[in-house]
Amino acid sequence: MASSSEGLASAQLALRYAGLRRRRVYAMLGTGLALFCALLAAAVLLAVLGYVVAQGIGSINWEFLTQLPHPIGVPGGGVGNGIAGSFIMIGIATAMAIPIGLLTGIYLALFGRGPIPEALRFLSDVLSGIPSIAIGLFAYAVLVAPLKHFSAFSASFAFMMLMLPLLVRTSEQAIRTVPQVVREGALALGMSNFRATVRIVIPTAMPAIMTALLLAIARVTGETAPLLFTAFGSQFWEFNPANPMAELSLQVFTYAISPYPTWQAQAWGGALLLISAVCILSVGARLMLRRSQGLQL
Amino acid sequence: MDNLEPRFRRVARFVSPVDRGFAAIVYAGSILFALLIIGLFVELVLGSWPSIAAFKFSFIWKSEWDPVSNKFGALPMIYGTVVSSFIAIALASFVGIMAAVYLSDFAPRWLANPLSFLIELLAAVPSVVYGLWGLFVLAPFVRTGLGPVLQHVLGWTPLFAGPIYGVGLLTGGIILSLMIVPTVTAISRDILVAIPRDLREASMAVGTTKWEMAMRVVLPAARVGIFGACVLALGRALGETIAVTMVIGNRPQISASLFAPSYTLASVIANEFTEATTSLYISALIELGLILFFVSMIVNGVARLMIWSVRGSDRTA
Amino acid sequence: MIRSLSRWFSTLGVVAAMTLPAVAATQLTGAGSTFDYPFFSKAFYIYSQQNPDVTVNYQSIGSGGGIQQFTAKTIDFGATDVPMNASELARAGQPVLQLPVTLGGAAIAYNLPGVTKPLRLTRQAVVDIYLGKITKWNDPAIAKSNPGVSLPDMPIVVVHRSDGSGTTYIFTDFLSHVSPEWKSKVGTGKSVSWPAPSAVGAKGNEGVAGQVRSTPGAIGYVELAYVIENHIPAATLQNRAGRWVPVSPETVAAAAAGRPDVNASNFSIVDEPGANAWPISGYSWVVVYKKPSDANRAKLLYNVLTWLVGPQGQSNAKSVDYVPLPGNVQATALSTLKQMQH
Repeated sequence: MASSSEGLASAQLALRYAGLRRRRVYAMLGTGLALFCALLAAAVLLAVLGYVVAQGIGSINWEFLTQLPHPIGVPGGGVGNGIAGSFIMIGIATAMAIPIGLLTGIYLALFGRGPIPEALRFLSDVLSGIPSIAIGLFAYAVLVAPLKHFSAFSASFAFMMLMLPLLVRTSEQAIRTVPQVVREGALALGMSNFRATVRIVIPTAMPAIMTALLLAIARVTGETAPLLFTAFGSQFWEFNPANPMAELSLQVFTYAISPYPTWQAQAWGGALLLISAVCILSVGARLMLRRSQGLQL
Repeated sequence: MDNLEPRFRRVARFVSPVDRGFAAIVYAGSILFALLIIGLFVELVLGSWPSIAAFKFSFIWKSEWDPVSNKFGALPMIYGTVVSSFIAIALASFVGIMAAVYLSDFAPRWLANPLSFLIELLAAVPSVVYGLWGLFVLAPFVRTGLGPVLQHVLGWTPLFAGPIYGVGLLTGGIILSLMIVPTVTAISRDILVAIPRDLREASMAVGTTKWEMAMRVVLPAARVGIFGACVLALGRALGETIAVTMVIGNRPQISASLFAPSYTLASVIANEFTEATTSLYISALIELGLILFFVSMIVNGVARLMIWSVRGSDRTA
Repeated sequence: MIRSLSRWFSTLGVVAAMTLPAVAATQLTGAGSTFDYPFFSKAFYIYSQQNPDVTVNYQSIGSGGGIQQFTAKTIDFGATDVPMNASELARAGQPVLQLPVTLGGAAIAYNLPGVTKPLRLTRQAVVDIYLGKITKWNDPAIAKSNPGVSLPDMPIVVVHRSDGSGTTYIFTDFLSHVSPEWKSKVGTGKSVSWPAPSAVGAKGNEGVAGQVRSTPGAIGYVELAYVIENHIPAATLQNRAGRWVPVSPETVAAAAAGRPDVNASNFSIVDEPGANAWPISGYSWVVVYKKPSDANRAKLLYNVLTWLVGPQGQSNAKSVDYVPLPGNVQATALSTLKQMQH
């Protein structure tokens, strides 16, 4: 309560000491600045996107999307196995990250005070600062070296760890913004805590959780470093997560730093695919959410 | 008043078996989460043990990085990581929070959603694309456009003196800020939107302009959550590898000038790990990862202290 | 959402079923040098077309990574730009065979606006530039080699690889051979501490080439294939025989031809005395266990590698700007490979 009454008090002070016209000018300048910032961020995205499109659009065709990669000198080829691999790996990672992240977020929201929850929040923030290559090494040490076998699953494990901090922090945040009255109402009606949380609180918090999920997926879609020692990559079709598998961003990376213009063009095409995939996912998820909840998002 | 319920009370309804099972699952998930991170820490320590044993604390304050003679010191990398992340979070938090304020309170409805979607899409661009764009577009821009302008205006400070290569600490910081702006904007916007309308209406009723309402009432109410968003974004900046390594110049040196090439902890690991063959070299690189773990801990610890001092008794962040 | 997800997965299953015959072949795995990657991808592709029961999955995770994974026995063979040394061999635990599989060279790329003729540099000039002793392009040491060319009064921006790489290894090996000062001060390695004050590190060949291309006055070393494919201006060097040679597959092959006795403990071919030799050349190596654990895989691996270092495999090199092994070196490689128990 303290900060907002301070805020109102300072607003009242502002009213007393500044003339209305001057305040209106400040307001206009401030709004202009905020608009400028929003447009700046969007403009940079358009610049980067434009660059990727200009470089990569020429590579996109049906063959590119469905074929295996060809070596240099053999025309054509594509990133079909990389697309499939990305879907599989990110899908498995999301499936693992959502329960752990959501459960931890629920724990922090429900049992929020005390040293243990504080320690968990702290650990989560620390995890978000670890470079992805270190996480890849951890996945290697735990899932690849003991089994002496590269696998897509170990890459999913690394991806999951990259997604968790965002999910944990935001799901806790989202659950706590649900007003107390909603939860208490559900409990007053006789629901168990479990039902109250799962059926009432979480759906109310869903839009924010969804945003976090999309951000987390976007984050790992472009990651390459953890894949070097886990999924390993492949030039062939592979659908078994226990085996090495191709991945789109890894292929993009390998092609982008190669000497050959044909491969570099394919790298840009792959990058364009990655961005489009996240774009489509974002739009799709929002449309679904809007339809299921009738909310303005 | 803040938008978050201060105590999501542990209401006494955990007696039924369903509730007890639910509580058990929740505990299990959280414990698993904690174990993963602790496991990561343990692996890092185990992997860097030979290097820790060989160099002890001199690793942190020595400046030499010489793989040929097996002499390793991490100070320039720590410097580069801290400075580039600081530039990134300074730029990104200002632009990101301003953009979030605009999107939550000022944007007309037809503009708000597409614009915020566009900004979030920045997060979807792969790291390597940022690196290449940075190398081919941003670095020449800094070398021929932004750099000379800054040097003309601020060249009397050591920060903006010296030769301008295009790649360097400043360019690295700018690329990082681009990558973390969507995190700051998206999360901040969600928090701002969730602040109850009555607060805004009360402010307007008292007679503030909309801008004053946003700056003096809504933003302070959201400040804890927004701070958390910035900390999360800062974490990303600390650990970013591929994009930074393409534009930062990769030179292990400490220089006052922001135009000078520099090096970050994550970049060294990304650059040299796949080619390192001696066990001392490999464990020195893993020790860099461990240092990054500690840098992340210190930054987060400081952030938490700041939050505690601001909020007083209510300590949940 | 669940429904559309399950629809997607069933489509995936159908696709998997259609491609299953292809997946049923034995897949050998190899990893290591990024330098070898384009050549290997071409060669193994051709091999699988001729021998459909074997596929080779090679990934470029770096020479160090290749050796690590080979030692951990997570892959069948490793590829490295620098052969395994005594301590690495000891860590592998079992006898290891190392054979050369391809040749490459490093070119000196530069960005000099206004200079149209190929730049000429003596070996000593290259060393002094990278030591930081020559700092401007119109330095007399460079002007002496380029009569009639007006060199600009520009500072030299020295670009090097920031990531560990075999290209850096052969370049620093070359510098160490030419200059005792470099050898004692810096040394040879995949990653070194660069002494020039204006040195900038860039990631990968793409990074170095990109940096050189966008920075007037820059100089850097890149793989031969890079220079050929991207038409980057590359310097002509004066080799040990005193002749001015451009970088090309022919001059690199000439460097290798003069040393047929190359093996894993005596592998450096930089600064060779041949008349047409390119001074910055090097081999790339494949490492296999003398007695692999799986007998079936050993047989398939033996066949693949024999094909690779033989005339058929090597014929794929030219089309991807790689240098095929000279005939005598092919023979050396084959005889090393014969020691493998298959």
